[in-house]
Amino acid sequence: MEAVHGHADDHDHAHDHPSGLTRWLTTTNHKDIGTLYLWFSFAMFITGGLLAMGIRAELFQPGMQLWNPEFFNQLTTMHGLIMVFGAIMPAFVGFANWQIPMMIGASDMAFARMNNFSFWLLPPAAALLVVSFFVPGGATGAGWTLYAPLSVQQGMGMDLAIFAIHIMGASSIMGSINIITTILNMRAPGMTLMKMPLFVWTWLITAYLLIAVMPVLAGAVTMLLTDRHFDTHFFNAAGGGDPVLYQHVFWFFGHPEVYIMILPAFGIVSQVIPAFARKPLFGYSSMVYATASIAILSFIVWAHHMFTTGMPAAGQLFFMYATMLIAVPTGVKVFNWVATMWRGSMTFETPMLFAVGFIFVFTMGGFTGLILSVTPVDIQLQDTYYVVAHFHYVLVAGSLFAIFSGIYFWLPKWTGHMVDERLGKAHFWCSMIFFNLTFFVMHFLGLAGMPRRIPDYSTQFADFNAIASVGAFGFGLSQLIFLAAVIKCIRGGEKAPAKPWEGADSLEWTLPSPAPYHSFETPPVVK
Amino acid sequence: MMKKSLGAALAMLPLWAGAVLAAESKFNLQPPKSVIAQEIYSLHTIIMLICAVIFVGVFSVMFYSVFKHRKSLGYKAAHFHENTVVEVVWTIIPFLILMGMAYPATKTVIAMKDTSNPDLTIKATGYQWKWGYEYIKGDGDLAGVGDGIQLFSNLATPRDQIYDKNVVKSADYLLEVDTPLVVPVGKKVRILTTANDVIHAWWVPAFGVKQDAIPGFIRDTWFRADTTGTFRGQCAELCGKEHGFMPIVVKVVSVEEFKNWADQNKTKIAAAPAETLVDAAPAAPVQVAAAEPAKAGKVDGKKVYEGLCAACHATGAAGAPKTGDKAAWKPRVAQGADTLHQHAIKGIRAMPAKGGNPALSDAEVTAAVDHMVGQSK
Repeated sequence: MEAVHGHADDHDHAHDHPSGLTRWLTTTNHKDIGTLYLWFSFAMFITGGLLAMGIRAELFQPGMQLWNPEFFNQLTTMHGLIMVFGAIMPAFVGFANWQIPMMIGASDMAFARMNNFSFWLLPPAAALLVVSFFVPGGATGAGWTLYAPLSVQQGMGMDLAIFAIHIMGASSIMGSINIITTILNMRAPGMTLMKMPLFVWTWLITAYLLIAVMPVLAGAVTMLLTDRHFDTHFFNAAGGGDPVLYQHVFWFFGHPEVYIMILPAFGIVSQVIPAFARKPLFGYSSMVYATASIAILSFIVWAHHMFTTGMPAAGQLFFMYATMLIAVPTGVKVFNWVATMWRGSMTFETPMLFAVGFIFVFTMGGFTGLILSVTPVDIQLQDTYYVVAHFHYVLVAGSLFAIFSGIYFWLPKWTGHMVDERLGKAHFWCSMIFFNLTFFVMHFLGLAGMPRRIPDYSTQFADFNAIASVGAFGFGLSQLIFLAAVIKCIRGGEKAPAKPWEGADSLEWTLPSPAPYHSFETPPVVK
Repeated sequence: MMKKSLGAALAMLPLWAGAVLAAESKFNLQPPKSVIAQEIYSLHTIIMLICAVIFVGVFSVMFYSVFKHRKSLGYKAAHFHENTVVEVVWTIIPFLILMGMAYPATKTVIAMKDTSNPDLTIKATGYQWKWGYEYIKGDGDLAGVGDGIQLFSNLATPRDQIYDKNVVKSADYLLEVDTPLVVPVGKKVRILTTANDVIHAWWVPAFGVKQDAIPGFIRDTWFRADTTGTFRGQCAELCGKEHGFMPIVVKVVSVEEFKNWADQNKTKIAAAPAETLVDAAPAAPVQVAAAEPAKAGKVDGKKVYEGLCAACHATGAAGAPKTGDKAAWKPRVAQGADTLHQHAIKGIRAMPAKGGNPALSDAEVTAAVDHMVGQSK
């Protein structure tokens, strides 16, 4: 890529591009920043993954073997925080940076310097999270949801986590402003909103969600902070506060957050499936409306995370009905993808494998979500391993598999080389098998009554936990194949043509591979 | 029962790959022992069945397509990309299915919420990390039977079973307590939940009951046990380090037995001198039927210290005297234990009252101070 930008863009002569570390520190280029986001996300993915290995190692057998209960709680908490805020969200922002300008025919993002700043806020935030393991009292062990008053009791690791969340929130908000401005103002002539690739649409909606809810999270954790240190009593009943208030505020952020992590995944899959089915996306406009409906509904379902707090029957019923409704637009999406595949002319390169795998396993997560939306069933299953299985089906098999699909799909465009299909396919099958080995059995654990977030369990749960642990280590190791495939692709490999996938039709495929440093010097005209 | 087993098995067959052969299996919800648990069980079965049918339908189509509509088989792509009729149909039909699901679910929600006219009211208080129970009020033929009885349920699994690999684990490992909650069969038991420190959740799967216990607030739920027996559950809301070690055991006995049990325990109350519970338990400070009365009553200063005080006193944050720093502690110890206790309870300089956790009892703060002083002499 450096070679390309060195001579190919004499247009950009106003200033020199530094090389080495300064290039990455000072870059305002959407591709460089996208690359930074993606590598950062991968580093966090490995970090969060190691924490998960720590969890599964302890849970391999009944009895406390490796850690003490406090540290176990720190592992589960930090695994959640790091995966959500460090791995999944930045990965999607990385995709947005790389792809949105190329897909709408722009040369770069709208606010180039702010783009740099929004990335470089992340490493310090991540450092705060990681360092918190080493402060007295260790990292916070209050669960990633940081429920008060437990989070008020925690040591200073909690404060570091709060600051990390503030910083990451600021980064997300800036990223979102940038993405919205870019999409609304920098589309190529002729590209009306309803002609945008679906990935761009899903990100536009996601960015609005982020702007709406990240400040809410910041508010929640700030109230925690002042409760901890300045004797405010927002969440302390003894001082006139209410612990459940925290949960309402948190989940008002938390539920849209769930869709923040899945809508861009829907976008990626909606690009990949038509490309390999060699057939246009079925029901484009209904896809857009479904995405928007999911986003709007996401604001009125938050209390389904709190059915056991004891809200009135009317509240439980409202949130149950609203939650069930989400199944409708989500179902529309799945039907549309299947209809896109129907009577296509399909090939199954790695991106398509991950996309089809996504539909298959994500739908299982969707079904368990529907089962959980039913209040009485949810009350039985709340805070059990069933819920753990459910959200890993939608976040790992959903978001993460879509991220893999997108990486394999666009790597030829980014690096100029084709991905080693053998490695890619091995990565897919290993991930798929070990993922299900890990998480499918967790449904049974939850049904049988194993609570989540416990460091040790009754012996009746031993078999399934052993299976889950073996699966988890297999899944973790499988990700090394991914790393190998990506590094191999960056360093060389078969030369990629401008459009390596026969059925792909968005604008980025009209650019040479690898894409030039500034995507479209002259905007293309979209008919 | 037979019919239910069959239904459950059918529901899961496609997904669970035939692994489920009976309702009472490790692949399904625990056997329900109350009306509500039964309704939850049936709801889950019905919805599983619906989901399984849709799943099989959608993915038969998808996998048919995956195997037949391949370029390698020479299949040529069609070009259709929308069909309003189909799209409307697959929006409306799921909506109708959902309405069908919502109807029975609504009835169960309303039934679960109806805590009126209980035969017995018990308050369950979550502590870090045990459950406390207080029999508040009996009604009807239970009027006055157990009123005022208080007990604490501590984990009964010995520590070495947890931490020593070579010690054989008991059958009810981590699901056993020293003093179980005792309730009569067939009576409507209303459970009021609250907590002393952080949020806990009182959960007994066989009864289909899970209710958060929230400090400073009282919530309620109810169950009516179908059969006698011993039923086990756990705290379901993360409440700190011993969250996995505060089980709930409910012993369901006949009404006759319950009355006897209550009489015995009431006699004990009358006979025993009122033993003050240090754990900030409210009125009627009597402890009953505990295997080790001292255990429930004794406050572990070290635990309190590690859970809260250490944040500053281990590091010297905000000018706090570090634990073990003899020089810093000497003048303080010289002021006398009472003064130190008062300072810790009321707050001094940068230190907030009770170290910032008003949920702690005076006794807990005092114990923590004594622990620190002990470490720093």
